[in-house]
Amino acid sequence: MKTHLLTMTAGAALMASFATAEEVRVYNWSDYIDEELLTKFEEETGIDLIYDVFDSNELLETKMLAGGAGYDVVVPTGTFLQRQIAAGAFQKLDMSKLPNKGNMWDVIEKRTDQYDPGNEFSINYMWGTTGIGVNTGKVTEVLGTDAPIASLDLVFNPDNMEKLSSCGVHFLDAPTEMIPAALTYAGLDPDRKDDEALAAAEEVLLAVRPYIQKFHSSEYINALANGDICVAFGWSGDILQARDRAAEADNGVEVAYNAPVEGALMWFDQMAIPVDAPNPEAAHVFLNFIMDAQNMAAASNYVYYANGNAASKEFLVEDVIGDTAIYPDEATLEKLYTVTPFPPREQRSLTRMWTKVKSGT
Amino acid sequence: MRRFILIAVPYLWLVALFLIPFVIVLKISLSDVALARPPYMPQLDFAAGWEGFQSFFAALDFENFWFLTTDDLYWKAYLSSLQISLTSTVMTLLVGYPIAYAMARAAPEWRPTLLMLVILPFWTSFLIRVYAWMGILSNEGLLNQFLLWLGVINEPLTILNTNTAVYIGIVYTYLPFMVLPIYSALERMDDSLLEAAEDLGCSRLSAFWLVTIPLSKNGIIAGCFLVFIPVIGEFVIPSLLGGSGTLMIGKVLWEEFFSNRDWPVASAVAVILLLILVIPIILFQRNEQKQREAEG
Repeated sequence: MKTHLLTMTAGAALMASFATAEEVRVYNWSDYIDEELLTKFEEETGIDLIYDVFDSNELLETKMLAGGAGYDVVVPTGTFLQRQIAAGAFQKLDMSKLPNKGNMWDVIEKRTDQYDPGNEFSINYMWGTTGIGVNTGKVTEVLGTDAPIASLDLVFNPDNMEKLSSCGVHFLDAPTEMIPAALTYAGLDPDRKDDEALAAAEEVLLAVRPYIQKFHSSEYINALANGDICVAFGWSGDILQARDRAAEADNGVEVAYNAPVEGALMWFDQMAIPVDAPNPEAAHVFLNFIMDAQNMAAASNYVYYANGNAASKEFLVEDVIGDTAIYPDEATLEKLYTVTPFPPREQRSLTRMWTKVKSGT
Repeated sequence: MRRFILIAVPYLWLVALFLIPFVIVLKISLSDVALARPPYMPQLDFAAGWEGFQSFFAALDFENFWFLTTDDLYWKAYLSSLQISLTSTVMTLLVGYPIAYAMARAAPEWRPTLLMLVILPFWTSFLIRVYAWMGILSNEGLLNQFLLWLGVINEPLTILNTNTAVYIGIVYTYLPFMVLPIYSALERMDDSLLEAAEDLGCSRLSAFWLVTIPLSKNGIIAGCFLVFIPVIGEFVIPSLLGGSGTLMIGKVLWEEFFSNRDWPVASAVAVILLLILVIPIILFQRNEQKQREAEG
């Protein structure tokens, strides 16, 4: 309640200093917040919230580098954030305006430190893993009850994929997510970026390419929930949302998520304020609102992603905090790896290879 | 003096809306990538005066154009775009000409209504209309359900995410640009010319070939240019309706710009695209002018 009041006073103070109607523009990932929180923010602070969504880091990055995007808060993933900080795209946070900063979880802050040293430019919004979502009914029908649904073997072994292609497989259209997974399957370090490693990853991907119906980074939520596809290589919370939607629709589709046992990519989506934000004051108010323990818990309870807010844990429902797919246990945590950004030359080889995998040219 | 001002207005437009943006793109295409905002260098430093200018121009080079020749992705994408663009222009012409012809032959009181019907789709956002096609063409979509119901097919046709869907989308979207110029050419045509041709022993079909088509030639050319040129750089239709196998230069440009963050190479791709379009058009107009002079 105390933090709640603080938010309100901060809001009130801002209202007093700006007599005109204020607005804050937030640019976040699609399907990534409980929309009731947006209304709550407007009611508590009196600031008009304009909320836009995107589904690719590349799109966000180009807007940040071009400048003048007009957003006050944006949410890049750690690896992208690091490069954008180096390019001078963000402003340092004014910690005196973020009293809720104390709620943050030191375990996560220690990991995000590698992208944003000292966590000076960003706060963690959500974190998760990239892994395998399956329609359990269909996959067991095609591959039998001992289908390796928690192993990269399911999506990178051509024998399995050939059979699965009859019920539909989607991969993320994000090379920075798919290549580490392919490297792990090939038995290589997922953070390798040299030509030899990329060639190995390409070989893994090309072998299963004919059996992939589509590369897309947001369509699979609905496709999996409707039963249009039976396997998706995607983001943990998205697949859990699909599980939830299928359960709600009661359409007989049962979705399960597993972080691959061979190792899974752990990523962090960070909220930051662009250097040319029209209203940095209101942006700080928004960040502080998000870091409120109850608000952050409400967001996680809705989107099924873990957050970097230690104080929010007591407000999380058992479905979220008790699910090892969201809050992994110690054994799984050890299997999670992080990666670093691609430098320009390697990025070019990566994109070129990805075009080749997708279009065959 | 008045004449000078009259001529100056269109040139001002050309300079402001074409030449200046082009020079900016050309400049970026000669620059190098940098981790900065904006992500390329050199930037023109006005404070440094003349020396700033000198070092600015010294840092520009044609490296990015050279790079485009080292990877066959680019010319393949150009060729594939040209081919898609040519094919869809021909298809749009085949569909558009009969529509324009019927409109021009309709009773005069009907023509404004028919014209309105051609323009009407523009009142809905282009993006929404392309999305609607996704609903029509998908495996569970209207078209497949209708064909299944008719019993023409036994299992759904895969149309969405293929080049066929791209052609359908392009023909649908660009049809008005073909119909309108042809219609305006046909409408101006003097009907007595056709009567004269028939009096002189032409069949109706040969009168159409010998009189109507040549007289609507300018409309056909304008329509073809209006379709062909924008389709080459088309990005929205292939990315929404096409599959991952649809290779078009617009998509390559997007990748360069967004995935590689390489604005200089992206700009070089755009400059080459412009040259591919502008050179044939200039040659064509030269040829036209020569013909006219020869006739005149």
